[in-house]
Amino acid sequence: METEGTYDVQAIRAQFPILSRKVKGKDLVYLDNAATAQKPVAVIDALVHYYSHYNANIHRGLHTLADEATAAYEASRVAVMHFVGASSPDEIIFTKGTTESINLVANAWGKSFLQEGDEIIITSLEHHANIVPWQMVAAEKKAILRVIPIDDNGILDMEAFKSMLGPKTKLVSVVHVSNALGIINPVEEIIRLAHEYNAVVLVDGAQSSVHLDIDVQTLGCDFYTFSGHKIYGPTGVGVLYGKRDLLESMPPYQGGGEMIKEVRFEHTTYNELPFKFEAGTPNIADVIALKAGIDFINTIGKAVIRKHEETLLKYATAKLKYIKGLRIIGDVKNKVSVISFVIDGVHPQDLAILLDNQGIAVRTGHHCTQPLMHRLGIVGTTRASFAAYNTIEEIDVLVEALNKSLKMLL
Amino acid sequence: MTNHKTIKNIEQELIDDFSLFETWEEKYEYLIDLGKKLAPLDPAFKTEDYKIKGCQSSVWIHSHEKDGLVHFAGDSDAIIVRGLVGLMITVLNAQPAKEIVNAPLDFIDTIGLSSHLAQTRSNGLRAMIKQMKLDAGAWQVNAENKTVE
Ligand SMILES: Cc1ncc(COP(=O)(O)O)c(C=O)c1O
Repeated sequence: METEGTYDVQAIRAQFPILSRKVKGKDLVYLDNAATAQKPVAVIDALVHYYSHYNANIHRGLHTLADEATAAYEASRVAVMHFVGASSPDEIIFTKGTTESINLVANAWGKSFLQEGDEIIITSLEHHANIVPWQMVAAEKKAILRVIPIDDNGILDMEAFKSMLGPKTKLVSVVHVSNALGIINPVEEIIRLAHEYNAVVLVDGAQSSVHLDIDVQTLGCDFYTFSGHKIYGPTGVGVLYGKRDLLESMPPYQGGGEMIKEVRFEHTTYNELPFKFEAGTPNIADVIALKAGIDFINTIGKAVIRKHEETLLKYATAKLKYIKGLRIIGDVKNKVSVISFVIDGVHPQDLAILLDNQGIAVRTGHHCTQPLMHRLGIVGTTRASFAAYNTIEEIDVLVEALNKSLKMLL
Repeated sequence: MTNHKTIKNIEQELIDDFSLFETWEEKYEYLIDLGKKLAPLDPAFKTEDYKIKGCQSSVWIHSHEKDGLVHFAGDSDAIIVRGLVGLMITVLNAQPAKEIVNAPLDFIDTIGLSSHLAQTRSNGLRAMIKQMKLDAGAWQVNAENKTVE
């Protein structure tokens, strides 16, 4: 395998221990990056180093270990702040993932600011994590959930969105990049339009954070969420960015240690941001290791990785189109390195089984977007998603394995 | 009933068949073939009532009892799973309810299918077997109640 220009994909691969393993006797070809990315050795080492050298509870202790752990934990917060372009570390709240970040907003913000008849707008492309929490709070508050329709390619109907907006619109929660199809939504325009009606906007960045340059201040969104495990970091840690004023106006999500200033049985005062929203001992190790994931991306450069991924996407798209009966869902210009496809007469599950036997990891099924699959009239798709360490050769292996699978199935 | 094959007999035949396969491809081609040949399930039974929970693809199993034996029909929208339905029907069809309920079905491990199916798919197979045994159990209770009457 050669390097492409200055992009030394082999040097990058060498940082990922898992990529040298075999699956069913074959070299692993990992193309399920939209579900979770593999971890560079720096992330794994950060976890081991924390537990072997300075494991301690943070913010409270007055000993050396507690100091070191607190410093590393807070350094991670600063790294995240830069990663999303926030103006202060106080606006960065650690959660266990996108799902918890959205639930935090639905509970803390939704329960205090939503009233009967208010409207929440989401899109047809949402992950269940950006549907169900709103349904729950809407049911409780008698608010109304509205959904921006899409066309058959998965493109949002912005005219329909404009006509939905009104004085009742209190929140617009949109996925930045569709996990099922890879489509990039016009969030800048959505935010601008929603703000004309003073609606709060949450951007689900679970898929965009790893591929696109994120600057929450330029975007102007009120909340931005993402998961550490999709940006080469560990599982069990995620982020909620929120504008300071908004976060300050919200009640806490959970009560407990860390989030308090003073507790009396009669009355408790809450801690300041961001601690107000981080009740209990947080996931210290994973938060610390998340910084190693961010450093990995920054060292190569997001734009450089993106260029590589675009090369892979273009190559794979062209190659896959040669397969008879294969149809790419969401084959649009503005997308990240995700290809979702269906093949006439072939159930995605059958493909997944046969590809797995050839060492290839892809995702099949509804991708936690059942309403989207329903709208598109399909049971699911097969999805290949590419990351910094994938190669052109791996796409060739995929295409060959697909052809072989189809020969067996049809 | 002189020619009646027991579940054990059929399992042994399958073990013999599978022992001839040297590659994973051959095993899967066999299953895909079984899936293609499986008699279609009456659409009247392709309903939620007969759908098995716990499978990624849709699987339906229908059973009826005749002369003390339980008969199965089934279907899936995915062809390999359809093959697995076919495989289980081959083993368990037209057997006495009690035999079905008590069958250990070790052949699945012996033919090495479980190792080739990812965990989620194995769960699907397990769910399928559980349902077939539950059905057989229900027919067994039914038959016992009849003899009591
Ligand atoms: C667009 C989108 N939103 C939300 C989520 C949920 O993320 P997590 O499971 O890490 O909380 C995902 C993950 O698959 C996603 O892709």
